Amino acid sequence: MILVFCELKDGKLRKPSAEALSEGRRLADASGSKVGALFVGASTAGAADATKYGADVILTCEAAHLASYSSDAFATAIADAVKSKSATVLLGGATAMGKDALPRVAARLGAGYSGDVTGLSMVEGKLQALRPVYAGKAFATTSFSSEVQVATTRPNVFEAVEKPGAGVMESLPAPAGDFKAIVKEILAKGTGKPDLTEANVIVSGGRGMKNGENFAILEELADALGGVVGASRAAVDAGWGLSHGMQVGQTGKVVSPTLYIACGISGAIQHLAGMSGSKYIVAINKDPEAPIFKLASYGIVGDLFEVVPELTKAAKALGIGAHH
Amino acid sequence: MKILVALKQVPDTETKIKLSADGRSIDPTDVKWITSPYDEYALEEALRLKESKGAEVTVVSLGGDSVKDVLRNALALGADHAVLLKSDASDPLAIASALAAFAKDKGFDLIMAGNKGIGGDNASVGPMIAELLGIAQANVVVKLEIGEGTFRAEREIEGGTEMVEGSLPAVITAQKGLNEPRYASLKGIMGAKKKTIEELDGAAPAGVTSVLNMVMPPARPEGRKLMGDAAQQAADLFSALKDEAKIF
Repeated sequence: MILVFCELKDGKLRKPSAEALSEGRRLADASGSKVGALFVGASTAGAADATKYGADVILTCEAAHLASYSSDAFATAIADAVKSKSATVLLGGATAMGKDALPRVAARLGAGYSGDVTGLSMVEGKLQALRPVYAGKAFATTSFSSEVQVATTRPNVFEAVEKPGAGVMESLPAPAGDFKAIVKEILAKGTGKPDLTEANVIVSGGRGMKNGENFAILEELADALGGVVGASRAAVDAGWGLSHGMQVGQTGKVVSPTLYIACGISGAIQHLAGMSGSKYIVAINKDPEAPIFKLASYGIVGDLFEVVPELTKAAKALGIGAHH
Repeated sequence: MKILVALKQVPDTETKIKLSADGRSIDPTDVKWITSPYDEYALEEALRLKESKGAEVTVVSLGGDSVKDVLRNALALGADHAVLLKSDASDPLAIASALAAFAKDKGFDLIMAGNKGIGGDNASVGPMIAELLGIAQANVVVKLEIGEGTFRAEREIEGGTEMVEGSLPAVITAQKGLNEPRYASLKGIMGAKKKTIEELDGAAPAGVTSVLNMVMPPARPEGRKLMGDAAQQAADLFSALKDEAKIF
C-alpha cells in the first residue's frame, strides 16, 4: 500500500495533501497498489474528502489528546499505520507538519527519506524521487534501498486530480498521550493569505524598493492579483522591518508559483535559485543588464515606482483578482 | 548545561553549481566553502545560552579533513570543544545515525543544528537525530527559551508561527530570524589555532538512499522585453499573461 499522511484545515483536506494523495494514486495505478489516506487528530471530520483524490482506504487515528500537533505522538501514529498496513511507500505534503513528522517516522522505520520532491516514479517496485538540490541550482534523482520509502511532495508542483477511490473508512488505535513536545499555541498572522510556498502569485521586492514603506505598492498589486508579497535577502537584511518569513531564495523560501513578479530585484544567484521553479517570471528593473532578465518570461526595463501602480490599475480594471 | 551543535560545510550561496564528470555530484573546483548559514544561527544561539546561563558548547561535523575549517571557525566564535567525525556518508539517515551515536550517553541537554543544510535540502537530519535518541524536537525555530529541564520554541509554520513546549533533552533546528550571528574576534581566531579538534571514526551505517544522477535545471524558455511607457507595458503584460500564459 501507498500511505499518504493527510492534513485537514477547518474540516477540509489541505491542498498540499490533495496533491500528495493524487500523486500517490498515480503511483499506485502504475504499480498495481492501493492508496491509503491517513488522518491524525482530535477530529478527523472531513477525512472523507480523500475519496475524491483516489483514496481506497481512509484511515483515521482520532483521540482528544491529539488535538494539538506533537511530533513524537504524530510520528508514532504514522509509523504504526505504516506497520499495520504493511505500506512500502509513505508520502505527505512538504508542509510545516509533514516536514517535521515524516523524517522522524523514516528514522523510526529505518526508511530512506526524500524531502520536497518535485517528481516521483516507481521503478521495479521501488520509489525514485526527483528533487531540487542546492535550492534548485541542480536536480537529483534519488533511489531507495530500504523496504519502506518516505517522501514529502513540494506544494504547488503536483496536480490535485479528482479521481474517486473506494474510500472505505477504518479507524486505527491512537498512541498514548505522553508527549515529549507539543504545540501549545498557534500564533497566526491572521492575514488569511496563503503561505509563500503555496501561493499562486508572488509579488516580490528587492533593494530597488528603497525602503520598507514602499512595499505597500507591492501589497496593492498582490491584493489585486490574489497573491502574496515576498522579498529578496538584500531587502530583508536591509533593516527595513520586513519579516524573515518573506524571504525568497536559497537561505529563505524556495517557491514555485504560477506567476512571480520580481520588482527591483537584480537577481543574485541565491535568489534565482529560490524562484527559478516559477512557471512565469516577470522582472521589473531599471538596469537592463540585471541578471534577473535572463530568467524572465516578460521583462520590463523601467522605474518600478511607475510600472507597479500601472500594473495594479490594469489588474483592477480587468478584475483579475476576482478569479482567485 | 551541555549543548551540541552539528555543523555542515556547504558551498557559498553565491556559488554557481557545476556538475562533476560522474554525473551524480557537484564539481568542487572553484567552490568557496562556508558553514551552512542556518547552522550559524544554531551556533550563535548556543553561544548566547553559554553567556546567559552557562553552558559547555561542543561542535561536531561529519566529513573529511576539509570540514576542520568549519570547526576551527566555531572554536574562534566561542565553542569549547570541536569533534570531527570522519565519514563519507551522504544519506540523511546515515548522517543522523552517526551524529546520534556520537551524542548518545554524553549528557547533552540540547542538540542544535540548522533547519536544513543548504545542498541536500532534505531538512531531515535534525528530526532524525531526535527520533534516534528518543527525545523531543522543534524545527525551523525563530525564538527559543530554555527553562529548568524544559524549552519553549516558536517555530515557523504556514502563515505564522506556533509555540512548541517540551522537555529537555531536545533537538532544536534554527531558522533565520532566531538571532544575528556574531563575527569572530582576532583574539578568538588566534585562540582557536591553539585548540585541538578531536578526530573520531564517524561509523555511519550504510545509507538507505543514494543519488542516481544529478542534472542542471531545465533551461527556461526565451523571454521578451515589453516596450513603451509604463501604462503600455502594463497593458501588454496582462494581455500576454492572458493570451500566451493563459494565467488569467
